[in-house]
Amino acid sequence: MPSLRHKMPEQSAEKRRSNFSEVALGYTADTAQAEASRCLQCKTSPCRQGCPVEVNIPAFIKHIKDGQMDAAIQEIKHKNNLPAVCGRVCPQENQCEKHCVLAKRGQSVAIGRLERFAADHGQTHDNGAHPALKESLGKVAVIGAGPAGLTAAGDLAGLGYQVTVYEALHAPGGVLIYGIPEFRLPKDIVRKEIDSLKQKGVTIEVNAIAGKTFTIDELISEQGFDAVFIGTGAGLPHFMDIPGENLNGVYSANEFLTRVNLMKAYQFPATATPVHVGKNVAVVGAGNVAMDAARTSLRLGAENVYIVYRRSEDEIPARSEELEHAKEEGIQFHLLTAPVKINGNDKNWVTSLECIRMQLGEPDQSGRRRPLPLEGSNFELPVDTVIMAIGQGPNPLVQQTTPGLAVNKHGNITADEAGFTSKEGVFAGGDIVTGAATVILAMGAGKKAAAAIHDYVQGKKARNHG
Amino acid sequence: MYPILEKRELSPSVKLFVVQAPAIAKKCQPGQFIILRMDEAGERIPLTIADFNRQKGTITLIFQEVGCSTRHLGRLGAGDSILDVAGPLGQATHIEKFGTVVCIGGGIGVAPVYPIARAYHEAGNKVISIIGARNAELLIMEDEMRQVSESLHITTDDGSKGRKGLVIDPLKELIAAGEDIRLVMAIGPVIMMKSVAEVTRPHSIKTLVSLNPIMVDGTGMCGGCRVSVANKNKFACVDGPEFDGHEVDFVGLMARQRMYHEAERIEREAGSCSCHH
Repeated sequence: MPSLRHKMPEQSAEKRRSNFSEVALGYTADTAQAEASRCLQCKTSPCRQGCPVEVNIPAFIKHIKDGQMDAAIQEIKHKNNLPAVCGRVCPQENQCEKHCVLAKRGQSVAIGRLERFAADHGQTHDNGAHPALKESLGKVAVIGAGPAGLTAAGDLAGLGYQVTVYEALHAPGGVLIYGIPEFRLPKDIVRKEIDSLKQKGVTIEVNAIAGKTFTIDELISEQGFDAVFIGTGAGLPHFMDIPGENLNGVYSANEFLTRVNLMKAYQFPATATPVHVGKNVAVVGAGNVAMDAARTSLRLGAENVYIVYRRSEDEIPARSEELEHAKEEGIQFHLLTAPVKINGNDKNWVTSLECIRMQLGEPDQSGRRRPLPLEGSNFELPVDTVIMAIGQGPNPLVQQTTPGLAVNKHGNITADEAGFTSKEGVFAGGDIVTGAATVILAMGAGKKAAAAIHDYVQGKKARNHG
Repeated sequence: MYPILEKRELSPSVKLFVVQAPAIAKKCQPGQFIILRMDEAGERIPLTIADFNRQKGTITLIFQEVGCSTRHLGRLGAGDSILDVAGPLGQATHIEKFGTVVCIGGGIGVAPVYPIARAYHEAGNKVISIIGARNAELLIMEDEMRQVSESLHITTDDGSKGRKGLVIDPLKELIAAGEDIRLVMAIGPVIMMKSVAEVTRPHSIKTLVSLNPIMVDGTGMCGGCRVSVANKNKFACVDGPEFDGHEVDFVGLMARQRMYHEAERIEREAGSCSCHH
């Protein structure tokens, strides 16, 4: 009988519902070594096929098993610039762990937890030794300091490029900073990852809004960049276009999470940015962002927090771990339920969310069964806060000011697998190309683009000298 | 860091900063705004760019101390620095020769209307300006506005300067006198912009207003600044800040602006904000 995968130590649901400290506490060295020993070190290593950034998974696990923690993190960092982030927020169950030979018994090696262990070890045992910068191979600008941009920047700096990352907000990190809450991804962890990129020679300029403070063309023609990578993400919130959406107490998940995570509204009034969380909160949608908004509301003192989702539990897009955590903490689920209207009082504040029950019909284009309203099943959910977490579109600022950059009908930048856009020297990747997806997919895109940029810049230089 | 090179007190509660921000000064156009954050715990505050000097790399910001954050900001002076300034944000004002343009600024709204009036003036328009405030002490930028206007009308609520009344009074008279007004640009309190739009609506005079709703990032990300225009949701930060005054849902906008009044009261009573003492 093979051994079972080791549980992740966690704060109890009762305790964590009222604090912002991290839920998952991380493996101890002993647990990590024991878990690493479960790895069969199979020659085919199918787990690697499931990793968008191609980490040599069996190799780093073997190092942990042998107690060589420094070697383990070095092995990961060879491919992954943000391991402490990935170890926490990657949907491992659908990537590396899904392909693990042991997964057939439902007990895959806890690759994500081991990655987190190694990364945290690396952050606390940084020996300060960093390779000296090589001679510069060229200058590359990166737009957006989120997962895609930071990954591209890290890889390019590693190759020997002078890289400047431009970030519109006052802090780098993108969704890692403004979106994902502290209890799932401590901001200190993100800052340390970014610091380690800076030590690799990456320059980060904040308050720099591409398309406004400068254009992409200016970076190439005036600033002398050899190439530009655009990783501006999906940052334009979707609303439902139902009556009452502009009432006070209605937020996009982006605004709600930005107030709390980036602006530290949970410390208000010690910090200056307020956020409104009522007694009863409805979060519309059931992705990871919706779970984050719901669990944040709970921690800010809401008594009842509802997830309102038009399909059934089988279709919930959030990671199973996040869904389980939300359930444990007491988030209430209204499944097969769609909002039709938000009601308010004479002071323009939300008083209830009017919903309709749904049933699942034939599969739609997404392959999922289409939700259909059950006529006459309307009911009112009394709430004073509504958070819309139904997805985001591409931010248009760069596209609007970059002539010759092709976009699709949704406004996403058109780019191929390697990140080439319609414009010479301009590459793009991550959510701005694919639409809202995951941190690790954006990182994979940043990685591919970095390789393509390297080929492009060196090819151009060779031609110019030839 | 963005150094404050100069500070002036335009009235006891209205402050002017000249801030070193070369990248923004190089790019900004009339009608655009910036977002600043004064320190680590500070809010992201949107402020219209009241003036800019491309050679010196400076922008001018004018703000009224209304809540904790702006009072705190008002305590900074020349030699201090602002932690973050990002911009220019929003769509620039469309400037061309229309003919006669009436520029209306109410209270602190005179600051953003000034660079627009100047640009209309430089484009060869006949600029007639109306500026107003609650009283003489709160009236700002009279000289600057006079320089770029063919004529300047001043109103105060209490009659302590100019004529006693509202900015719409001279506007009504101009219309009644048969002035061929091609465009009205009004910036000020929402209630003022609403009343200007109501005056011009029956005459079908194109009326632009500049909105300053609650906003966090200023780049379209948060959706907090959404405002209903012609029954469609627009984001003031990327679609605006200027909109057709005849199509804006001012009532909804005023209600949304009161969203954090309760929080502001808590902040005052907690006494935690550093402007409290």
